[in-house]
Amino acid sequence: MKPLLKVENLSIRLPKGGDREFAIRNVNYNLMPGELLCVVGESGSGKSMTANAIMGLLPKVIEVDQGAVIFDDCDLISLEENRARDLRGNRISMIFQEPMTALNPLMRVEDQISEVFLIHTDMPASERQKRTLALLEDVGLPDPKKMLRAYPHQLSGGQRQRVMIAMALALEPSILIADEPTTALDVTTQAQILKLVKELQKKHNTAVMFITHDFGVVAEIADRVVVMEKGEMVELGKSDDVLNNPQHDYTKKLIAAVPPLAAPLREVKEHLEPPILSVKNLCKTYSTGGSWFSKARIVKAADDVSFELHRGETLGLVGESGSGKSTVSRCVVRLLESDSGQIILGGSEIQSLGAKELSPFRKRIQMVFQDPYASLNPRKTIGKIIADGPIAQGMSPKAALEKAAELLELVELPKAAIDRYPHEFSGGQRQRIGIARALAHDPEILVADEAISALDVSVQAQILDLIETLKKRLNLAVLFVVHDLRVAAQVCDRVIVMQTGKIVEIGETSQVFEAPAHEYTKGLIASIPGANWRSGNVEATPTELAEALA
Amino acid sequence: MSVQTLLYIGGRLVKGAVVLLVIAVFNFFLIRAAPGDPAKVLAGEAGATDEIFLQQLRDQFGLDEPLYYQLWVYVSNLMQFDMGMSYRQQMPVFDLIMERMPATLLLTGTAFLLSILLGVAAGVIAAAYHRKIWDSVITVAALIFYATPLFWLAMMASLFFSVYLEWLPSFGMQSVGEDLTGWQKITDIAMHLILPATTLGLFFTAVYARMTRTSMIETSRLDFVKTAKAKGMKPSRVTTHHVLRNALLPVVTLAGLQAGQLIGGAVLTETVFAWPGIGRLMFEALFQRDYNLLLGVFFISSALVVLFNLITDVIYLIVDPRIELSK
Repeated sequence: MKPLLKVENLSIRLPKGGDREFAIRNVNYNLMPGELLCVVGESGSGKSMTANAIMGLLPKVIEVDQGAVIFDDCDLISLEENRARDLRGNRISMIFQEPMTALNPLMRVEDQISEVFLIHTDMPASERQKRTLALLEDVGLPDPKKMLRAYPHQLSGGQRQRVMIAMALALEPSILIADEPTTALDVTTQAQILKLVKELQKKHNTAVMFITHDFGVVAEIADRVVVMEKGEMVELGKSDDVLNNPQHDYTKKLIAAVPPLAAPLREVKEHLEPPILSVKNLCKTYSTGGSWFSKARIVKAADDVSFELHRGETLGLVGESGSGKSTVSRCVVRLLESDSGQIILGGSEIQSLGAKELSPFRKRIQMVFQDPYASLNPRKTIGKIIADGPIAQGMSPKAALEKAAELLELVELPKAAIDRYPHEFSGGQRQRIGIARALAHDPEILVADEAISALDVSVQAQILDLIETLKKRLNLAVLFVVHDLRVAAQVCDRVIVMQTGKIVEIGETSQVFEAPAHEYTKGLIASIPGANWRSGNVEATPTELAEALA
Repeated sequence: MSVQTLLYIGGRLVKGAVVLLVIAVFNFFLIRAAPGDPAKVLAGEAGATDEIFLQQLRDQFGLDEPLYYQLWVYVSNLMQFDMGMSYRQQMPVFDLIMERMPATLLLTGTAFLLSILLGVAAGVIAAAYHRKIWDSVITVAALIFYATPLFWLAMMASLFFSVYLEWLPSFGMQSVGEDLTGWQKITDIAMHLILPATTLGLFFTAVYARMTRTSMIETSRLDFVKTAKAKGMKPSRVTTHHVLRNALLPVVTLAGLQAGQLIGGAVLTETVFAWPGIGRLMFEALFQRDYNLLLGVFFISSALVVLFNLITDVIYLIVDPRIELSK
């Protein structure tokens, strides 16, 4: 069979001063008609760069150094702009990572989709509308007639991604390029979108180039796989072969870093001491809008939430976005004020304390945040960031800085980092700094709010390992807010599953994963991409994973 | 328009009326706090200085009543849409203002439209040629007009185009002593309008140009613009249909602010070009301590600000579907 698209020796140079000379170098692969090819790699591997080069969407400052992309006997790289434009959105189309921002907020769904017909065909308006409606039905959007008139902000993330897919498939392109289209979505929505892409690919015999960082997704949908590392293609092969019998070291590392989907056997701990934290009947509602004329919309983010946390235990708080897991974690550290309920920390009720009485309790429960880029003050040195808390609690600045230096060693960063600024560190390093900051108070409880979700899979494994080690060494109790069930299965002793503010299930991790009691939990687990891959017996703990990476 | 929208507008109008009342009371005290006595000014102009005449004047205007009583009279009259009489011109304040209103609206309205059109166009061009020569030319020009004092610009323009080149009239709204009608009259007014409207509009042109440029550049980096390009659209269509519409949202806010100044904002220009508008009326009233007239101009200006704030918000409801009422 003749390949549909050939990427030949493609090299793209980065602007001078970048961290490496080439964004991608000597990349070669083919896309066969009707196949689903996954391009996998960590951030910065150049996987999106190739896609943008094919689409002619490279930023102006970046130029193709050499090589060609052959489609229909012409080279897309050297093709004149107006001819390339005719192909774009017509024969080759693309969907993007962020459905929330990928649609024009001021245009109705109908106008955005029918624009494709308007640009590439001379269809009359009535025909355009008919086709648009048919597309919306095709991608499984509810009430397509109403959907035509909707604006993007009225749709959920998954619905927006369906609109994007409808738009991309409008003219039945030969090739669909999907750039991490499910990364920003919840796991159940992701499962639906993956299914849709696969169905439409089969139905229209479209060749799909699917860019992802998630090997679970690869296991779920790919026919063939390309693995990229730092701009170079390191492995290419059939999905089964690459996943189960990887040849290149880098691929092996990446796959080893994917947490298996089954909880390791853990001894069920008997807790003799009273719990360090117990939360009783916590409630928090948000109300938005509301004015003289209308009722406010009320969202119950935490609805009668109760749980206990013991020292030395990792308790997972899992659920999809909007389930209230972050709200609960923030209420527990009292970054948010709950409406009612009790938070008992080491025997003292802290939910109702005023700012002054609360102050001594604050240091006993500390938080690590999700976004390592936004959670460190860019204008302060690392030492200052870590020492600020203890200083505020009355430690002398000198002692606090000395302690900061010790903490940096504890989180495996060089002591010299103390005088440097956050922008000099990578995401994983910053998260280590975030952990050091939280530990500066010698807390008894660490609350990690999606502390690893912004990181690449190999870095994730390292941070998880660090948290595990610290937990053991310092006898911490860890409340781990996480949406990634594979991670939860690996690191948590017990998990709480939340849905729309309520706890639907709570139990030992292995029990929840092997015999989920609640329908919602079952749905969540079934939605995990590649659930059948790496689901069997579990040999690697996070520590071993990290060793495998080292 | 939905019932919800009408209710919203109704509610805003009620709030606006309350705001206006507070402003009126505030203005009242502000003016009384300034030194000067209208009776003395009037008497001085009449060449009379004796105490009895002064007392008569004060009596006539109610200026010797206690302050709280004067306030009560003023506010209760205002509630009946009566802004009182001008001390000096012996005419109802409302009539005086309405007499001058067309001239001012013509001037400020022209400047308003001119600055939006020119400013947005310049901003779009600058953004399209980002970091190229046209961008620099427009950015530098905008900075110059932004920084130059209005009255100085007005005087220089008048010197150059009227006195030196003799192309355009330098003052007034119509040629004196010529009884023009029809098209001739319109042309005559238009010629008089060019200089003041341009000088008045230049500052805002510069502001719009800078804002539009920044907004266009920011918007063109957003994800949906990439989506639009990926559809295979021509760059011109991407700009007009996707970038510009989104980039104009902050410009609407600014236009609302400028529109609020349509009446009060032309004092300097009207004075330099002897334009017979409300700005000059206010300027004169200030020197004559014509309290009622001054308060009247203040009131009408603030009413306009309140009104245009509301109009801006309603326009936002129309142009930005993301803004939903009370949801």
